[in-house]
Amino acid sequence: MRTLRIAGPIALLLVLAAFPQVFRSPEITGIAVLTLLYATAATSWNIFSGYTGYIALGHAAFFGVGSYAIAIMCSDWHVPGGYLPFLLLPLAGLAAAVVSVPLGWISLRTRRHTFIVITIAIFFIMQLLAFNLRGITHGSAGMELPIPAAWGGAFFNIPFYYATLAMLLTALAVSWWIRNSKYGLGLLAIRDDEDRALGLGVDTGPAKLAAFVISAFFVGMVGAMHAYFLESIFPAFAFDPLFDVAIALMSFLGGLGTLAGPILGALILEPTQQFFTLQFSQNGVYLIIYGLLFLVIILLLPEGILPTLRRTWSRDRASRSAAPVEALEANGGGGAKPRGAPRKKKKGMAQP
Amino acid sequence: MKLIIEAVITGILSGGVYALMASGLTLTFGVMEIINIAQGAMVILSAYLSYVLETTYHVDLFAGLLITIPLMFFFGVAIEIVLIRPLKKDRTMMSILVTFAIALIIEGMLSAAFGTTYVQMHAWYVDATFRIAGFYLAYIYVFGFALSAVLLAVLYWLLYRTKFGFGLRASMQDRTAAQLIGIDVERISALTFGVGVALAAAGGMAYGATNAFNPASHLDLISRLLVIIILAGMGSLPGALVASLGMLVIEDVTSVVWSPLWANTVFFVLLVIVLLIRPQGLFGRAQGRRQ
Amino acid sequence: MKLLEVANVFKSFGGVRALDGCSIDVESGSITGLIGPNGSGKTTLFNVITGYETVDQGEIRFEGRSITDSPPDRVFRLGVARTFQLTRIFPRLTVLENMHVAAQREGLQALLARWSSSHEQQRALELLEFVGLIDLKDLPAGNLSYGQKKLLEFACILVADPKVILLDEPAGGVNPTRINELSKRIRSLNKSGVTFLVVEHNMEFVMGLCDRVMVMHRGVKIADGTPAQVRKNPDVLEAYLGA
Repeated sequence: MRTLRIAGPIALLLVLAAFPQVFRSPEITGIAVLTLLYATAATSWNIFSGYTGYIALGHAAFFGVGSYAIAIMCSDWHVPGGYLPFLLLPLAGLAAAVVSVPLGWISLRTRRHTFIVITIAIFFIMQLLAFNLRGITHGSAGMELPIPAAWGGAFFNIPFYYATLAMLLTALAVSWWIRNSKYGLGLLAIRDDEDRALGLGVDTGPAKLAAFVISAFFVGMVGAMHAYFLESIFPAFAFDPLFDVAIALMSFLGGLGTLAGPILGALILEPTQQFFTLQFSQNGVYLIIYGLLFLVIILLLPEGILPTLRRTWSRDRASRSAAPVEALEANGGGGAKPRGAPRKKKKGMAQP
Repeated sequence: MKLIIEAVITGILSGGVYALMASGLTLTFGVMEIINIAQGAMVILSAYLSYVLETTYHVDLFAGLLITIPLMFFFGVAIEIVLIRPLKKDRTMMSILVTFAIALIIEGMLSAAFGTTYVQMHAWYVDATFRIAGFYLAYIYVFGFALSAVLLAVLYWLLYRTKFGFGLRASMQDRTAAQLIGIDVERISALTFGVGVALAAAGGMAYGATNAFNPASHLDLISRLLVIIILAGMGSLPGALVASLGMLVIEDVTSVVWSPLWANTVFFVLLVIVLLIRPQGLFGRAQGRRQ
Repeated sequence: MKLLEVANVFKSFGGVRALDGCSIDVESGSITGLIGPNGSGKTTLFNVITGYETVDQGEIRFEGRSITDSPPDRVFRLGVARTFQLTRIFPRLTVLENMHVAAQREGLQALLARWSSSHEQQRALELLEFVGLIDLKDLPAGNLSYGQKKLLEFACILVADPKVILLDEPAGGVNPTRINELSKRIRSLNKSGVTFLVVEHNMEFVMGLCDRVMVMHRGVKIADGTPAQVRKNPDVLEAYLGA
């Protein structure tokens, strides 16, 4: 089991690195790029919503800010297409992060249910601003991004693929680091019982805000990359409410609060979504299927795939080996069904 | 100046319709602690139902309510029993996701059936206006407001003069305590949800008669309804009424005084401002030091 | 030395006066009991001391310095810890992880550091031994029995080496043998310098453990003395029988 924990992620990494070399068709690599983008976005969203338990449904606002940031930078600074715009990605992320500070501060003053709605409200404000501030964003006319003329037909997706993969690995590394730090422990404590975390000395305000800003940074970068990939942006697409639905669903599917869950969710859902949009050009049918899928996932797998799997595995192991029942007292209420064993991480982390 | 007064009047009248839709939403939260994101979709669905009744069967919009309201009521009850009741853990969060999925499904079905072109309902009172004190007002606004007033009065009667209403109010205050004194909280939840959806049905007809709509309109609508009930304080019915009227008036006045473009934004900005000052909303219960 | 002082505090919720000019104090190094009928304001007093509620009027002092209206995390870091009537732990974290939450390090160090240094790890394990939960350290805390959760909650606050511990009904729902163990643990901690303020309904427990007992009724202190004195006080009997 130990070797699998270290070998597994490495094998996966090799597969991802080799993928575009093996599957060269632009349709497939195109879907792959989008999948990696969503995987990054879901992982970043998870850093905030997964670890703190505050479900934010307005991160599309930061996606949009990142998109417009890079479009404006490229147009104002006359950046040519090619590898150069990739260097601007962190700046776009920074723009989103800066915007997220006041927005996060406002949102986090509210309790959980209100919080969800205020994030939605803020998203709509940003979308409307994109439409209305025509001087900066060109309104509904949208903006164009530089086209890398040198990257012909089949090659086009390749640099995007690897750049996005790098972004995903960075986001994942940050997520992993946070999870294993004292800071991350504080976030998880906030998720379980915020008042008690406060009572035990956790500085909950700054902790939540920091996670919010970090997640906004990465989502902003995803937005920027996406914009560059698509070569043009419009307010309705840069600020798309379905983005929030998608990343939330992916994270829930894979397992909210886990490290690999959001990625797993993206790997399953994004190709599926692309497949459906290609098959059913009629928008209506696609929505019905998406909605039904959503329902099925939520009702049948409320915890997500990874935690459910973990639970079944550890329950099997517990029933096979001698269960430490004696250690568990039969005093008063006690146990819900055994949820599980010492946690396992897929990315080869040693136990504390 | 004249325009402003007109804006205030239309604001109040459309506010009444919004109050109807928002009441259903805040009621379900108050009783069941769930947020029905599909409320907007229910409104649009009802709008389409009224539309079909009117264009295909030539049933008058208001008469059509006799069909759509009960229909949507049962639809709501069914949804509650099948999809909401099974939710055990994290009910509020899960309800958001489930109802969102339902909203998407409804939107998909409407898209498939009607396409994405905007439609609007017509009747003599939609197109005709009457003159009053120097303003021109479409009859439908007044009729719609009257409808809301009547239905809200019925709701009031239901809540304060019937046994069901008593059980509902008790469940809102303390679900467990209500159970302990023998109130069938589950049944009340299903019926409350049904009532909420039924109110949306009425609102849907009025909304569809005063606005052009298409299947995707529910997103914009639900975001506004959510803003209204949060501003009001979740679970507060009088708050929903005040907030609906207030927000619509402010929006319409802004549209006239500043520009229609910014009128939309003002809606959301107002929410943010209010929450900064009073995180529990205008009429919400104070949370205590920490939320 | 008066470690903790509550001076003439008023606190109302709507029309209800939970604290009506309440003044108490806790001597350093003591085990002080706080009893009173239901609704006398004991938990509100705890909430107000630890910052979960603000006061309408009055002052609260710890080690001479004012902590009135200080937020809970600040109060905890100054050395005042509490447990809750309805035991609160972090159910999704393991027992050991629960312990580490309280051992927070400030600033950038916290972000960069792993869950615990070996020193902290050691201390956490020692404390788990002390309360007898060491064998369960890797189980999700939500799986523990009620009594075990109470012990965990207790152990968690010990991690931070508090100067005074406010216990809200520590013996509630715990079986009699465990209650004796609990008393013993409180006493041994007290010997090493920790001050206790204990709210309890279990009279035997309180009278046996505490060297001083205060009685609250309707938001004020109505009696203050040794267990023996308080037992005979007619006002106290009235409060309990009349309430």
